[in-house]
Order: sequence, then C-alpha cells, then structure tokens
Amino acid sequence: MTETVLLYLFSAGALGGALAMLIARHPMRVALGLIGTMLSLASLYALLGVHVIAVFQVLIYVGAVMVFMVFVIMLLDTRDPSFVARYSRLLLPGLVSGALLAATLAALLVRTGIRGPRVPGSADFHLQPFSAAFLDRYWLHFELTSVLLVIVVVAAIAVVKGRGGRDG
Amino acid sequence: MDRTQFLIGLSVALFCLGLVGVIVRRNALVLLMCMELMVNAAVLALVTFAARGNDAAGAAYVFLIFVVAAAEIAIAIPIVLLLSRQRRTLDVGAYTGLGG
Repeated sequence: MTETVLLYLFSAGALGGALAMLIARHPMRVALGLIGTMLSLASLYALLGVHVIAVFQVLIYVGAVMVFMVFVIMLLDTRDPSFVARYSRLLLPGLVSGALLAATLAALLVRTGIRGPRVPGSADFHLQPFSAAFLDRYWLHFELTSVLLVIVVVAAIAVVKGRGGRDG
Repeated sequence: MDRTQFLIGLSVALFCLGLVGVIVRRNALVLLMCMELMVNAAVLALVTFAARGNDAAGAAYVFLIFVVAAAEIAIAIPIVLLLSRQRRTLDVGAYTGLGG
C-alpha cells in the first residue's frame, strides 16, 4: 500500500518536473525541474529494488551532469531573445507531433501490454552481488568506459582549443 | 494497473514531453536539458524491464548509458559555449549558419 502511494507520488513528481521544464522561462528553473524529475526517477528505481541504479542516478546525473549544467547557466546568464520569447515558431507543430507520438505509444502499450512472468527477487541488484557481477563478467565494459572518458576529455579540449585558439 | 505497464507509460510521457521541449523551446541550454529528459525516459524503460529479470546485465548497461550521457554533456556544453561566444546569443533560431 505504502509502496503504491509512493510510486504514484514520485511519478507525479517526475511528470511535474518535466512539465515545469516546458513552461519555465529561466534556464535555471528548467534545470531545477530536471533535477526534480531525476530525483523522482531515482526514488522510483529505489522502489523497484534497483538501489545501485538509484545511487548512480543521484551521483552521476544530479551530482555531476546537472551541477555542470547549473555552472554553465550561471556562466552564460545573458538577457537574450530566448529569454523574452520562450517558444519558437514550431510551438503548434511541436505540441501536435508530441501528442501524436504519445497517443501512438500509449495505444501500442494498452493493446500489446507487457507479457511474460516477472522473475521474483532480483537479488543481483543489491550492491554486493552487482559489484561482483559487474567486475567479473562486465569488466571489459567497465574498462571501455574509462577509454570513453579519456576520449571525451581530449575531444572537449579539442573543441574548445581547436577553433578558439586560431580565432584568438 | 500493472506496475510495469504504469512505469513504461510514465517513460512514454516523459519521452514525449522531452521531445516537445526540444522542438518548441528556443534556448540552447534548455534544448540540451530536454534531451537529457529523453535519455532519462529511455533509461526508465530499460530499468523497468531489467528489474523484471534476475540478471545484472541491465544494471551494467544502465551504468554505461549514464557514462555515455555524461560524455555527451561534456562535449555538448563546450559546443554551446563556443556558439554563444560566436553569435552572442543562446537562441537556436540565430544559428542559421549551420544550414549551409
């Protein structure tokens, strides 16, 4: 019972944050809406029993990505036209296409449903079994992420230095 | 309603809201955040299906997706910084030079 109430509560929180992202004028408020959505999703993951992913969500998304985003919003706080007029010319087509996509996917979801039995007790998602499986079976993926991160650091420096260096 | 179906429905709703945000908003940073919302919606669907099984593969892939999303933001933000420095605005309607 409590779980169901929490499920609906955090789902409403996630949807509310996403709606606030569409409506809010200042990017900082949009970022706060997104942070609210991400925290609600982390709570949903915890409710599903996948605590590892809930921790990843808070640490990586809210802790790293969104803090980075908030820094950049503070850095670029210029009063430009995108602040005065929130929406582009594509407001109506965008809303219509979004509603159409949502209706199509919802109809598909209702018609097909989700079949197949649920495997009881997803024990692997607790920290200790997950860590063992992660570093035992998926160690190559883990190492590949470190390679990816190095590539990203080099690429970010190349993006900033490449053009900016020549332009002065 | 089944919990799995409810969460997939929530994922659909979040994805569509993110898509609408990418289409209708003008601020480049808001566009990036709406894309993040779409990634989050996709991750919610993946986690919902992964939690039905008894395997760590889903969680491992979610970790990979988080790292890729962080990498995407780390590349996208310098691009937005360069664009805003060059065009003096964050309005994506002003970036017409990319149209060729």
